[in-house]
Amino acid sequence: MSFLLQVINGLQVGSIYALVALGYNMVYGIVQLINFAHGDIIMVGAYGAYVVLVLCGLPVWVAVLASIALCVIAGVGIEKVAYSRLRNHNAPRISLLITAIGVSIFLQNLFQLIFGSAGIPFPSMFQVAPINLGGLNISFVTILTIVVTVLLMIALQLLVGKTKIGKAMRAVSEDADAAKLMGINTNSTVAFTFGLGSGLAAVGSVLYSNAYPMITPFMGSMLGLKAFVAAVLGGIGSIPGAMLGGFIMGIVESLTKGYISTQLADAVVFGILIVVLLVKPSGLLGRNATEKV
Amino acid sequence: MALLETRDLGITFGGLQALQHLDLSLEPREIVGLIGPNGAGKTTVFNLLTSVYPPTTGSITLDGVSIVGKKTYQITQLGIARTFQNIRLFKDISVIDNVKIAMNAQMRYPTLAGILRLPSYRREEQEVHSRAMELLGIFSLEEFAQSKAKNLPYGKQRKLEMARALAANPKVLLLDEPAAGMNPTETQELMETISLIHRTFDIAILLIEHDMSFVMGICQRLVVLDYGKVIARGTPEEIQKNPAVIAAYLGGDEE
Repeated sequence: MSFLLQVINGLQVGSIYALVALGYNMVYGIVQLINFAHGDIIMVGAYGAYVVLVLCGLPVWVAVLASIALCVIAGVGIEKVAYSRLRNHNAPRISLLITAIGVSIFLQNLFQLIFGSAGIPFPSMFQVAPINLGGLNISFVTILTIVVTVLLMIALQLLVGKTKIGKAMRAVSEDADAAKLMGINTNSTVAFTFGLGSGLAAVGSVLYSNAYPMITPFMGSMLGLKAFVAAVLGGIGSIPGAMLGGFIMGIVESLTKGYISTQLADAVVFGILIVVLLVKPSGLLGRNATEKV
Repeated sequence: MALLETRDLGITFGGLQALQHLDLSLEPREIVGLIGPNGAGKTTVFNLLTSVYPPTTGSITLDGVSIVGKKTYQITQLGIARTFQNIRLFKDISVIDNVKIAMNAQMRYPTLAGILRLPSYRREEQEVHSRAMELLGIFSLEEFAQSKAKNLPYGKQRKLEMARALAANPKVLLLDEPAAGMNPTETQELMETISLIHRTFDIAILLIEHDMSFVMGICQRLVVLDYGKVIARGTPEEIQKNPAVIAAYLGGDEE
């Protein structure tokens, strides 16, 4: 029984890793950039929800929508202000990477300046009694997290697979220059991808803040790093890979905490990264990148 | 009035004049061949026409409207589509989606309608699907609709590139060495396909090609480039006899 509970807990935290990892992978797929500021988008979303919910006293659904809207604006804004010029002038990838780290540091310090560096307790948004499933008491947030994540992933698969913007995203990720010559506005497609990834991160952020109700300006860095490991594990650039990697990471972390040691959980998680990089650098579902010589 | 017209078109890369003083016109429904030795600047012309490079001098008009300074994707939407010398399909995407991607710009439903799968989304996607299948049918590619583009044999990949370019609904089709790497039978088949396209779609075609019998057989007019300059223009018969062209191809006594 306790094993099953651990797995369910793992699925909960894994869902959040997966939602965040999707943002890393979609952006990498389309502009070959590891967007290190993506983790901090989670923090922006959490503070956004906090402001609307506590400081403005508005209802939960407004807070969720506001958090998503804020993250989408932040994600697209970062791409337009920080990355798009570099990309359009064919800057080397390392410049983009360093810019991403710079954006991350900027966001952390900006929020520290506004809200202070101390953690702020996050109110529980969903006060619903735990649900009894076959003798297991499972909290509402856990079930909500898993269900919302699965639904979003199905929606995302349909979006990418079957709609015109999804086709444009796949085309740009394969060959941006050829896509332009097929009449596709690559800049708006890239902006959409950043917005979509950030919106998913906002959902992850609200769910995460409900599960671990303390928000700080630095909450995004650890969560972002773990989601990044999930992305690498699943295969950087791959959307199903992000989902798979997120769930595996969550379950491994939860089982380590349950059966080995809480303190070792992070070590095991980052150990996975090392093993993946040694054994299968392209990740479980990643494409083998071949560099032309 | 010419459908596509360039005046004094030129581009300089560093100190190299890759193309200079190009006056080119393409009438509706015309097939014009752009020929010349390697490095003569033929693909550069295509890159200028599709705004991959901005021209250093001169003008380009489509239907009398200047297209210089427009973005590449806008030019495609205005009606110039192309294929590539080295095939550039979306390799890991299905054959039919390759075609549908080029139709994206003609679809009007908002992204939100796609997420919510509203009737406008279903109607338009349905319509695009049948148009894409129709196009694949013209190139006898229907049975491969669901395979990945990279799994098609070479000749079929070339056909798919043409189907994809036509899906963008162009007024002018630019074909960059469509017969490259093909054997004589495939080349013959390709010529038939191009005449079929020409008859079916009411478009003008500008094509680059090395295969002389190919251009002689299909083009109404030829323009010959050498070292970035036009050295001859005329009907295939005239070009065949032109001493400047023969010299350029066989290595003349110019230098």
